[in-house]
Amino acid sequence: MTKVAMTVNGKPVTGEVEGRTLLSSFLREGLGLTGTHVGCDTSQCGACVVHVDGVAVKSCTMLALEAEGAEVATIEGQAAPDGTLNTIQQAFQDHHGLQCGFCTPGMVMSAAALLKDNPKPTEAEIRHYLEGNLCRCTGYHNIVKAIMAASGQDVSVLAAE
Amino acid sequence: MPKDQDTKDSGIGAASKRREDIRFLTGTGNYTDDINVNGQAYVHFLRSDVAHGRLKSVDTSVAKEMPGVVRIFTSADLEGVGGIPTGWQITDRFGEVMQEPAHPVLATEKVRHVGDPIAAIVAETPEQARNAAEAITLDIEELPAVIDMKAALNDGATKVHDDLTSNLCFDWGFVEDNREAVDQAIKDAAHVTTLELVNNRLVANPMEPRVAIGDFNRATGDSTLYTTSQNPHVIRLLMGAFVLGIPEHKLRVVAPDVGGGFGSKIYHYAEEAFCTFAAKALNRAVKWTSSRSEAFMSDAQGRDHVTKIELALDGDNNFTAIRTETYSNMGAYLSTFAPAIPTWLHGTLMAGNYKTPLIYVNVKAVFTNTVAVDAYRGAGRPEATYQLERVIDKAARELGLDPIALRRQNFVTEFPYATPVAVEYDTGDYGATMDKLIEIADLAGFDARRAASAEAGKLRGLGVNCYIEACGIAPSNLVGQLGARAGLYDSATVRVNATGGLTVMTGAHSHGQGHETSFPQVIAEMIGIPEDMVEIVHGDTANTPMGMGTYGSRSLAVAGSAMVRATEKIISKAKKIAAHLMEAADADIELKDGQFSVAGTDTSVAWGDVTLAAYVPHNYPLEEIEPGLEETAFYDPANFTYPAGAYACEVEVDPETGKVTIERFSAADDFGNVINPMIVDGQVHGGIGQGIGQALMENCVYDDTGQLLSASFMDYAMPRADDLPFYAVDHSCQTPCTHNPLGVKGCGEAGAIGSPPAVVNAVVDALQSAGKDVTHIDMPLSPARVWAAMQG
Amino acid sequence: MYEFDFIRPETISDAVTVLQDDEDAQALGGGQTLIPVLKQRLAQPSKLVSLAQINGMTGIKSVDGALVIGGASTHAAVAMGAGGYPALAALAGHIGDPAVRNRGTLGGSLANNDPAACYPAAVLASGATVVTNAREIAADAYFDGLFGTTLEDGEIITAVRFPVPEAANYQKFVQPASRFALVGVYVAKFADGVRVAVTGAGDDGVFRWSEAEEALTKEFRPDAIMGLSINPMNMIEDLHGTRAYRAHLVGVLTKRAVAAALG
Repeated sequence: MTKVAMTVNGKPVTGEVEGRTLLSSFLREGLGLTGTHVGCDTSQCGACVVHVDGVAVKSCTMLALEAEGAEVATIEGQAAPDGTLNTIQQAFQDHHGLQCGFCTPGMVMSAAALLKDNPKPTEAEIRHYLEGNLCRCTGYHNIVKAIMAASGQDVSVLAAE
Repeated sequence: MPKDQDTKDSGIGAASKRREDIRFLTGTGNYTDDINVNGQAYVHFLRSDVAHGRLKSVDTSVAKEMPGVVRIFTSADLEGVGGIPTGWQITDRFGEVMQEPAHPVLATEKVRHVGDPIAAIVAETPEQARNAAEAITLDIEELPAVIDMKAALNDGATKVHDDLTSNLCFDWGFVEDNREAVDQAIKDAAHVTTLELVNNRLVANPMEPRVAIGDFNRATGDSTLYTTSQNPHVIRLLMGAFVLGIPEHKLRVVAPDVGGGFGSKIYHYAEEAFCTFAAKALNRAVKWTSSRSEAFMSDAQGRDHVTKIELALDGDNNFTAIRTETYSNMGAYLSTFAPAIPTWLHGTLMAGNYKTPLIYVNVKAVFTNTVAVDAYRGAGRPEATYQLERVIDKAARELGLDPIALRRQNFVTEFPYATPVAVEYDTGDYGATMDKLIEIADLAGFDARRAASAEAGKLRGLGVNCYIEACGIAPSNLVGQLGARAGLYDSATVRVNATGGLTVMTGAHSHGQGHETSFPQVIAEMIGIPEDMVEIVHGDTANTPMGMGTYGSRSLAVAGSAMVRATEKIISKAKKIAAHLMEAADADIELKDGQFSVAGTDTSVAWGDVTLAAYVPHNYPLEEIEPGLEETAFYDPANFTYPAGAYACEVEVDPETGKVTIERFSAADDFGNVINPMIVDGQVHGGIGQGIGQALMENCVYDDTGQLLSASFMDYAMPRADDLPFYAVDHSCQTPCTHNPLGVKGCGEAGAIGSPPAVVNAVVDALQSAGKDVTHIDMPLSPARVWAAMQG
Repeated sequence: MYEFDFIRPETISDAVTVLQDDEDAQALGGGQTLIPVLKQRLAQPSKLVSLAQINGMTGIKSVDGALVIGGASTHAAVAMGAGGYPALAALAGHIGDPAVRNRGTLGGSLANNDPAACYPAAVLASGATVVTNAREIAADAYFDGLFGTTLEDGEIITAVRFPVPEAANYQKFVQPASRFALVGVYVAKFADGVRVAVTGAGDDGVFRWSEAEEALTKEFRPDAIMGLSINPMNMIEDLHGTRAYRAHLVGVLTKRAVAAALG
């Protein structure tokens, strides 16, 4: 076992891990942050997306020790301390961008990464950016719509469809 | 229901935001894998890597000494454990019951598909269990794999189950008495269109893989199973009564937040039984978390029909008869509802939206060395819709008719309508949904869009189809006659608390459907109180009444009806209490906006005054009614419900590569009354996504040795965001169901049922528009397949 | 995953020492292929030697008309930073998905040489040079069949030097599940000739399509390859496409790449 230290959602954390411990396992089992989900074993579904040093990564495809010293952000740190949803989270609720909720943490974290780089993405840019996030419930319609809305775009025309 | 209810801000018809979203959006949901029981051990299942073989020995001598191993179980260690049962028995067309093989929890003398569990290794950590599994030595004498369904039925074919007479589970005819009349009508027809097609095997792939945690309390003798289930009570009944012999009062099944199901989490699985059994045997909790790879070889799969359909028309293009012959893959074992899917959920829908007088459906269900096949979103109804809507499209093309006009001409227009396949449609208006579709899909603009596509070197095609489905399953006495081994009612307990809030316990289970939001809308409307005064409890057999769970678009129609009935009982009793409080006659009490009043007076008491009186019965008619305010209702539907609609798809085909892109997709549905239009739209979107997935991408493929080629997301293609467009959906055509109190029909499966034929019809249209002699391509319409078809 | 020790050396020589001393030790780039392989227990390294802490392994610089890209550069970094070679930047920007691109590295991809990966096509078509701690390897001498390279045990890719062509384009036709290339064709036009490299299709991995190179060197326009075809016998066949389909796509994508390179 090796000691690992990182910052998660702004708080310094430490833990004992094996070389093979995945970041997703460290978050879920080591820190009890079970909002990060694991939906596949081939790095495709994206339910495990978190931010490491400001960029989106698949936490199931990164060793915990690779995140030594890093700033990690997970779904649990997205809302305000009083529970107020952030803009993206609120848009997902407003536009029914989730159903079973399992892919949702990864979707929200990917959307946050997208909007940081591209504050007003087109529909096509959003769809392309979500290439690494699978959702089985929504047919993506309301996810794309929610992200457009979160970026301040008018989605009422889509709503009328 | 008045259309203006779409603009309400609460109650029935309001697009209330989902309250469950808050926990899902903040990472505070409670999925089964998020649960850890103190002291739990982990189980890894050693699974067969051959499709068919005789299991001669399992040597665990080295493995059991490995670090961390708690115990290794093989079938010999499961004394007293029964097999996994099947919930439905089919009687074949000769009056014989189906062949029903044993389904052991761990393989006994044979392994029958890749993934068949052989041994269960319980260890302190998941990796230690896996290490030990690798140290187990298996001696398996490989046998020829039975993969092709037709070959499986040849004389002398290798048998999947040695003790059965053949690989034929059943040969079902429906309606058998129509057989000769249908044959004659087809002989006499002016035109017969024939189509042979495959309904491709699919993997449900909810994003959350399955998880099971067995726990045992030695002090009380109680067993608990935490599991990713759509129907915890069904699991408790099947596992308790048939597999483990645990009486239901000593067994609790909890299905907490569940990350999607689409059918695959209906069934009782061996892993659930094993974890529950092992927890008792070891006196400690045992947890199993499926990997996605494991899911591909252990979750029940869907569809997999090979069908020949013939449609007969008279000289005026009226449909006169339909005859189908289908081979339906059961896989190696009968999953919980497997026999019902290609029969009662498929044959009964072969009339579609059309008044075809004579129909005969033949289904041969076949055992193969593949993973079990059971219901997947739509379950039998997509298979029926696909063949019917494809053959109608082909007939229109053969006869040079407008496919929409041909459909309209044959629509059922008078209700109730008794089909020749044993069901009675209570209500519908298929012309209205078709009219709506033409509007929202802007079919008038298609020619211009086709021309624009041609400018860009692309072939544009339009596909239109209708669908009907049977939801709200189902009348228990009817399904009992049809072979169901369970009732299909559902239940709700409405508990009014002293201070006026309501806790509603239901047998339905929400795993994405939004029950926690939509169910309160109904009750709040009935009483006239804010939605947030109503809380839904589901998913735990310890605190919900026996219910059959959520699948088949049944929750609102069946459990919702139970909830209405229970709430009616509540209101009735509350009115008596109110009458007492206001010293008026029961019959004069009215309830509106949460106020009880005496008709024709300005005397009133508030909802909260009455609920408080019920629990603090100081001024209360104790001699006439009991204190408290809690009622349970079980609702058994009188009929199925029949959602229906019309769908249109526009595709572009790249003639150089065969790649199909969905340019537009439109759906006009009639779901009867709608409680939450936002949720309904979401359900349709998701169904369309899965239907397009089936049509273009998804394919579960075994090679002829039974190895699964599409064994992970690397090879099983599911739609991503950039594979799909925005959809135009509409549910304003509403013919309320006539036999349930809410007038609702169900919306969860429609999209998956209605969309595949639209896509395929559109691609065929695109290719024919370019002069290609292509009348059919089997799904999925991958670029390679479309390109190959274009080469002739 | 099997157990392994995780090591983060800070110099190339430390990394090489570990890798050379222990034949079961394995280098770890971004891990986007290796970690899934480990999760399936398809490999059992004794040690994973992370290259992430080693200085000088990242960065993109222009040297004598070539773009030199550090071996530990992520796909995202190349997509953002290889503006001097737009076709390469575009290729990098379409590998995997955004999260994969934030971790996966150029060197890791090349060391793995997946027959459906994108980078091998760029390296081969560009006539790039693979720079390791020990030597320089020309692209034509680097790839060695499916998942094979001429790297020695313990040899680490420190950089890749891409000559920048006059015009280039990569056309990727995705396998719909994995989103790797079902077929990918990279066309690069240099003053002294055109190079065409094909990934995803060949049953021996990435390859150059010499007939197309000759035709396009004579005349750099899409129609120049009309009448040329690839022998389907040497193509991969799987559930996503037959040999004939892949051979056909090679032609279509080459034509499209030329058209796009011409702008």
